[in-house]
This record gives sequence, structure tokens and C-alpha cells, in this order.
Amino acid sequence: MINIPPAFIYIIGALLIPLIRIRILKQALVLLIPAIAFWNLVNMPHGVYWTYQFLDYELILGRVDKLSMVFAYVFVIMSFIGMVYAIHIKEYGQHVAALFYVGSTLGVVFAGDLFTLFVFWEIMAIASVFLVWYRKTKASLDAGFRYVLVHLFGGCMLLAGIIIHVVTTGSIAFELFDFGTVAAKFILFGFILNAAVPPLHAWLSDAYPAATITGAVFMTAFTTKSAVYVLLRSFPGVELLVWLGAIMALYGVVYAVLENDIRRLLAYHIISQVGYMVCGVGLGSEMAINGASAHAFCHILYKSVLFMGMGAVIHVTGREKMTDLQGRDLYKKMPITLALYMVGAFSISAVPLFNGFVSKTMIGAAAGLLQRPSIELMLHLASIGTFLHTGLKLPWGVWFGLKKGDEDEIEDVKEPPFNMLLAMGIAAFLCIFTGVYPKVLYDILPYPVHYHPYAASHVVGMIQLLLLTLAAFWIYIDKLGGEATVSLDTDWFYRMFGRGCLWFCNRLLNGIRSGVQGSLSSEVISVGKISKNPYVFLEMVINSIQGKKVLYQDIINRPYNENSYRIQIGIGACAAIIFLFFLGIFYIKAG
Amino acid sequence: MVKKLKGILYISIAVVCILGFVFPNKHPHFWWQKIPVFDVVYGFIGCIVIVLVSKWLGHAWLMKKEDYYD
Repeated sequence: MINIPPAFIYIIGALLIPLIRIRILKQALVLLIPAIAFWNLVNMPHGVYWTYQFLDYELILGRVDKLSMVFAYVFVIMSFIGMVYAIHIKEYGQHVAALFYVGSTLGVVFAGDLFTLFVFWEIMAIASVFLVWYRKTKASLDAGFRYVLVHLFGGCMLLAGIIIHVVTTGSIAFELFDFGTVAAKFILFGFILNAAVPPLHAWLSDAYPAATITGAVFMTAFTTKSAVYVLLRSFPGVELLVWLGAIMALYGVVYAVLENDIRRLLAYHIISQVGYMVCGVGLGSEMAINGASAHAFCHILYKSVLFMGMGAVIHVTGREKMTDLQGRDLYKKMPITLALYMVGAFSISAVPLFNGFVSKTMIGAAAGLLQRPSIELMLHLASIGTFLHTGLKLPWGVWFGLKKGDEDEIEDVKEPPFNMLLAMGIAAFLCIFTGVYPKVLYDILPYPVHYHPYAASHVVGMIQLLLLTLAAFWIYIDKLGGEATVSLDTDWFYRMFGRGCLWFCNRLLNGIRSGVQGSLSSEVISVGKISKNPYVFLEMVINSIQGKKVLYQDIINRPYNENSYRIQIGIGACAAIIFLFFLGIFYIKAG
Repeated sequence: MVKKLKGILYISIAVVCILGFVFPNKHPHFWWQKIPVFDVVYGFIGCIVIVLVSKWLGHAWLMKKEDYYD
């Protein structure tokens, strides 16, 4: 084991990249970093490491237990997959941003105190926004600014909560919070903003589709799932989260029906899937916590396959709207991408033998054990929507699609570069592997697992549900094609608020300024000039008394010349003598 | 081709309905989990409800022209 926190393996690695000049060495380094981090994790026994004294507080950079290890494993695996997918990128700034992003996420996962948590939390927001900005379009620049402003706002709420917590309890330990306190509510606000819980979710569906093709793959994995981790750590069993999670699972589904942008559709399904995890956190039983952790693990893998698949489509076609892709028979030209995408799609839809089946159903079963009928039914309904969109509508619309007859030809469509396919292949393999052999996942979960996903009735029930979803999809297949629209979401509020601020400053305040300037500018200039040379004012008064007709512009534009105001020395001496004379009289009288 | 696929779909639905009776849920948490074909009904109706409700919400309110924010 290397005796530095896993976060710093990535951060130091990121700092080394600009120092290496040979491309192949840089590529080797970005793959080596996750490998070292993984080897380090495997050899890291549970315990508390890297504690430092800061003022009167103890900073903990390495709290290693079962919960933090589940997330750390999947984050490190995911960083490797993401780096393979992005290895062809020549712009190394993107790798640096991604490594900082992954490193700070690991910092959050192993943070044992609130200060460390907060610092890494903020680095995460700043590092990830570069993955949006590197797209270098106006849309991504705008979306990136909205993204980072929302996250910094969430960070401020978190900081406020941490400060109140530290002042009231005197402790900076990152442990269970008492939800009744004011501090906990602020902290929860910061956490659920990063978990993209509606109505605080719009940053996700706004920014992820605007990110670079490779950057979006990283973004899908880390921000929301690290938020799930901190929620599991500090707010298990909070009733509010049960309902927020269940609503969230359906919210994403509704928006996915309407969406035309292929990656935004997937982004709405991240919200939906994270809903299951948030719901699991809220349920709070051992099984629910296991389910939420397992689902985070599986979600990261299959979501990466889905985003990589859609990224590959954008990479080769340059198009990201379903309306621009459907009916072009792309399946003939990129069958491998389609096959790998479908592995991810079956996984997210919880098809038996794929990893979503072994994790998602665990949360539903936990809701059942706790006798929560409405929650169980809501999550069940969201499963239908997941298969409908990610498993049916999206691949249908992108690779097949009904022909309308007016489709243009997309030129040079072929499979994406080998490294992209390889990354998808690794992730797809892991999806199937953990689905077929769930023990490997169940063994690393926080609590012992007493759940058997492959009971015959489970499998049959799930196949029933999915087959009939397919049947219903078939009925509505004409209606479910893309429509060239955007959907209003809660980002409307801050977009309109921003526009309102701009109007207030630009139109109102600036209007007043220019109005005042227009009507009073000549007077203002005159006052300015007179105050540089106040004598001219006297001169103007004298001239007007004497009735002389001198142009006032001539007087105030005349440069100041001290000699023109000098008087003869005799007058000064005379004034001094007169003064002394009166002083003498005063002196004698007073004496 | 489409007819063939439809045939396969109908047959598979029939098969899973039968399988639902063969493998009843041994640990039902709720009454509906005892119904062997509950997921068949729920999957079909649920999917239709999702499509119709979302499309209605979208067309009535949420969906705007692509240049809405420009």
C-alpha cells in the first residue's frame, strides 16, 4: 500500500501529466493512475488513516470501512474505463480535469470530517465544469456556467450547515446527523442538490448533454453517486428521502418520454435511477442500504455503457438529436456499438442476468419488507419507464426508426475508434459479470446480504413486466419518435431570474444612466472643467456684471495659467502693513 | 418479418403468463404479489399510462420550441 490518500494518487497524477512530453507516456500514465489506485484499495485494510491536526480539529483523510470501500472500488474501476474511452483525446487538459474530478470524489468518499468533505466537494464541482467547457461551444459555455453556479450555491448551503453544526456541537466528525437540527437541514440541502433530487436537479439534465463526449462519461458516474454515498453515511432512515426518491424515480421517466436530445434522455434516467438510491437511503434498513450501495455500483457501470454508446454515435455522426438520427438505418453501420449499448440498456432495465436486476430489485424488496406499498408500486412503475426509454425508445430511434422518406444521408458512419469500443466492452462485461455472479458484489456491501434475486418468481415477474412494456411500446411506436422540442424544467426559474437580472442591470439601471448622461452631460463637463480652474467662475461672474459679451466656452476651455492671476507684490506688502497696523492697535488696546 | 416478431411476442407473453402460475411468489409482501399475472397487467397498463400522461403533460405545458431560451 502506498502511504498517501487515494485522492492524492489522482491529484498528483493529474499534476504530472503536463510535465510529460511524449504522448504515449501520457496515455500510459492516465491508465496507470487508476491501476495504482485500485491496487492500493485492494491492499487497504479497514481503519482510520491520515489524520492531521488543524487548529483544534482533527482532519481525517482516510476513513476506510465497508461503505466507503464499495463506492471507492466502483469509482476507481469507472475512472479506468473512462480513461480508456478518452485515451484518444489529444487535449490533455481534459485528462487533468477528469483526474482532479475523480480524485476529489475519492476524497469525499474517504473523508472522515466535514472540513475535508467540504474541500473535496468544491474541487469536484470546479474540476467537473471543465469537462463541460472543453466542448467549446456557446451552449456548453452557458450550461457550464449554470452548472458551476448551482453547485457553488449548493456548496454554500453545505458550508452554512457545517458551520452551524460545528458551532452548536463543537465536532467536525462526519457521522450520522440528527435530522431535527437546523444544521442538518442545510447539510441535507447541499447533499440532495448534488444527488439531483427535484426540484434541485436541473443542473444535471442541463449540463451533462452539453459536456464533451468523453467528459460526460465521467460526469455520469461521480457527482450524483458521491452524493448518494454521503446521504448513506449521514441521513439513512430520513422519511423525507423515501418520498423524494420515489417521486424522483418517476420524474425522470416523464421527462425522458419528451426528450429528443439522446444524452439528455439518458441524463433524465440518471435522475430516475438515483431516485431508487435516495429512496433506499430513506428506507434506511440494512437491506435498503445494501440495495442503494449495490445499485450505485451497478448504475455507474451500466450508465457508463449507455453514455459511451450515445457518445460513440455523436462521435461518428456529429448529431445528437433523435429527429436527426432516426430512419437512417445506423444499425447496419455500427452493430457492435448497438450490441454493447443494449447490454447497458438491459442492465438498467433490470433484465435478469444483467446487473440492474441484482441491485434494483433489492430496493423494491426492502420497500416490501418495510410494508411500503405505494413506494413499491412507484418504483415498479419507474422500472417500466426505464425499459421503455433506455431499452426500447432510444435504441429504436437512434439505430432504427420509422422512415418518413425525407431523411438525409449521414456520411462516413462506421464503428467508433477501438479504444471507445474497448471501454464499452469492459463496462458491458462487468455489467453481465456482476449480473450473473452477484456474490462478488454482495460480498463487498456494507451489511450481510440475505437476498436471492434469482428466485423463480422474481425472474418470471420481471420478464412479465418487461415483455408487456415491449407490447405497449409496439402499440405507441409511431408516437414515441423524437419531437424537435425542448422541455421546460426547473432550470427555467434560474434562467429567467438570470435574464431578469440582466434586464434590470442592462435596461433599467443602464437606461437611467444613459438618460441622465444624455440630458446632463454638457453641464457635468462644464462643472468638471470649472472645478479644475475655479477662477474662471469668478471671471464669468465679473463679465456678466460688466455686461461683457465673452463666450463662456472660451473661458472654461482656457488652460489654467497661474501667471494670469498674479498681482503686483506691492499690493501684498500693503495688505501686510495694514494687517500689522490693526494688529498693533488691537494689541495696545487689549494690553 | 413484423408478423413473425408479433407472433413471437404473443407466444412469449402466453408462456410467461403460464410460468407465473407455475412459480408463485413464495414470500409476498403485498396482496398483489400473490396474483400470478399481476406484472403482466401492471407492465402493460403502466407503460400506457406513462406514455399518455407524459405526452399530455408535454404537449399541454412542458414542450417548447427548440429556440425557446435563445
